[in-house]
Amino acid sequence: MEHSSLAGRIFRGVALTLILIFFMFPIVWIFLMSFQTNEQILRIPPRILFEPTFANYEALISGQLRTAAGNLQISFMRNLFNSVVLSSAAVLLALLLGVPAAYAFARFKFRLGESIAFTLLSFRFAPPLLVLLPLSLYYQELGLNDTYFGIVWVYQLIALPLILWIVRGYFEDISPDIEHAYRLAGHSWREAFTRIAVPLAGPGIAAAGLLSFIFCWNNFVFALILASADKQPVTVGALAFVTASGIQYGQIAAAIVLSVTPTLLLALYAQRYLVEGLSLGAVKG
Amino acid sequence: MARLEINAVSKAFGAARPADGLSLAVEPGEIVAVFGPSGSGKTVLLRMIAGMFEPDDGDILIGRRSVVGAPPERRGIGMAFQNFALFPHMTARDNIASGLRASGNEVASRVAAISKLLKIEHVLGHAPRELSNGQKQRTALARALIGNPDVLLLDDPLRNVDAKLRYEMRLELPNLLRRGTAAVLYVTQDYREAMAIADRIAVLIDGRLAQVATPADIYAQPASVAIARLFGDPTINLAEVSPVAEHGVLSADVAGARMRLGAADGAAPAGACWLGVRPEDLAVSSASSDGAIAARILAITPMHEKAVLLLRLADGTEWLAALPPDAPQGAADDSVFVRFTPDAAMLFDRATGLRIGASPRLKAA
Repeated sequence: MEHSSLAGRIFRGVALTLILIFFMFPIVWIFLMSFQTNEQILRIPPRILFEPTFANYEALISGQLRTAAGNLQISFMRNLFNSVVLSSAAVLLALLLGVPAAYAFARFKFRLGESIAFTLLSFRFAPPLLVLLPLSLYYQELGLNDTYFGIVWVYQLIALPLILWIVRGYFEDISPDIEHAYRLAGHSWREAFTRIAVPLAGPGIAAAGLLSFIFCWNNFVFALILASADKQPVTVGALAFVTASGIQYGQIAAAIVLSVTPTLLLALYAQRYLVEGLSLGAVKG
Repeated sequence: MARLEINAVSKAFGAARPADGLSLAVEPGEIVAVFGPSGSGKTVLLRMIAGMFEPDDGDILIGRRSVVGAPPERRGIGMAFQNFALFPHMTARDNIASGLRASGNEVASRVAAISKLLKIEHVLGHAPRELSNGQKQRTALARALIGNPDVLLLDDPLRNVDAKLRYEMRLELPNLLRRGTAAVLYVTQDYREAMAIADRIAVLIDGRLAQVATPADIYAQPASVAIARLFGDPTINLAEVSPVAEHGVLSADVAGARMRLGAADGAAPAGACWLGVRPEDLAVSSASSDGAIAARILAITPMHEKAVLLLRLADGTEWLAALPPDAPQGAADDSVFVRFTPDAAMLFDRATGLRIGASPRLKAA
């Protein structure tokens, strides 16, 4: 930073501020909206200064939505709970299946190995809507419709390929000699995997887990088609704010703030595991 | 106490055959250097012994027990890798102790003992990334040695350390390795390292053992021209000759001069041969005499412990001569005469590259 000129520093500052405003403004605005009533929000011109109200949050948490047309029951907190359960379960399952699979793809050459890995990735190519019609028919046959298990399973389409391909790359970056050395020191294959490979791929596993959690959290169509009201996550639940008497902007804003919070907290928590460079200096060459 | 025995081991990867019927035995307490050019199959051999992959054919025995098919952790092997392969998320102490299954006190005392021996006591608490390359290699060696394994495999351990340290380790390693009774296989690409450390050298060329003998024997009596070229710096001088036997004396024309090559027991070898003479066996003088090759000095490289002369013989062949630094050397462009004694001459078959007249002892090896 020392070598840059004053003009360069000023330019960089201005550019960063502009970009920050461009990307952060909607989030800040949503945050402000969540403390306003519908009337305040729709006022023209809009004002930065207003009397904050917690009515939106109260409505969400109590589940009572008061509109001009009367009282509406909404189950936003239930949706939030569903989102947490579905996304966490989906990511845990995907990690449980995907990390060993990624290790296998990284370390062993086996027949059809590359084809299997590519097939798993190809699940991400097809638009979800294309898969959904046959899937919903299967699900009805199998009785998986409207079950947590069914949705967690379909979320594997999102989470598993992501984890598999990201973590595979991290495993490939670990020198196999490190694992050989551990095995020659008298440890089994399983110990080499759990004590050497997994800790060293830790940052990659954390990153892949976080990313797939976000993708699962933000998924809309799978749950819309395959789940009914009491299993739906926030993304689908937000539709309830489009009521007969108009769109409840204040509640939508509050709902967004609430639904972003868990992902944000998780990202902040996982950040320290994302630090790379743990394996620096392990091997030479 | 266990002997390492490799019996007719072969391994192919597609068209490549890094091991082609290898047989070698290493006694407990013996250090055998596996030496060869890169790609000759040295590392593949070590990895088959360590159990990272299995041979296609043949058997590997440690203490009379076949280890083929046994997982690496059951083979009783310690190994040091060229790239160190330390566990980056553990301290040097935990790296060294990783192979021990013993009580806390015993682990501590054994780690202390081995790290004292390798002079790394002061860095035991450091992570591998905080160590210098030399310290990393010492840590890796400590990890390989601490379990007193039956077989110790060292895969070019000094490749990635600097020259000064490599020299130090060459002096230290033989004592360190002979402490226990392990059968040691030491892979290296540096013939000097092999000669300094090993009791015997196994020369591996294209997946076959070309010669297994003591360092002195390999240097003095290489089994083939390829081996002769691998040992020695500067490399051996070669000339194509057709020896003749007259009056019980074997001689040949080298660049227009008739040179005696030794006593002829019987007929001269038929056909063309390679004549090999080590640079340090050449004498260079300005005076002409019988049995001297006329040459011109092209360049002189003073190297303190010796001076290396690049010579052009009368027929255009370029030879190197290594002279003691105090010997008269002349100057570039001087005309000189080159001599060597009959015992310095080695003859190799032109077609097969094998040494002619090698002693029966060497043929058996």
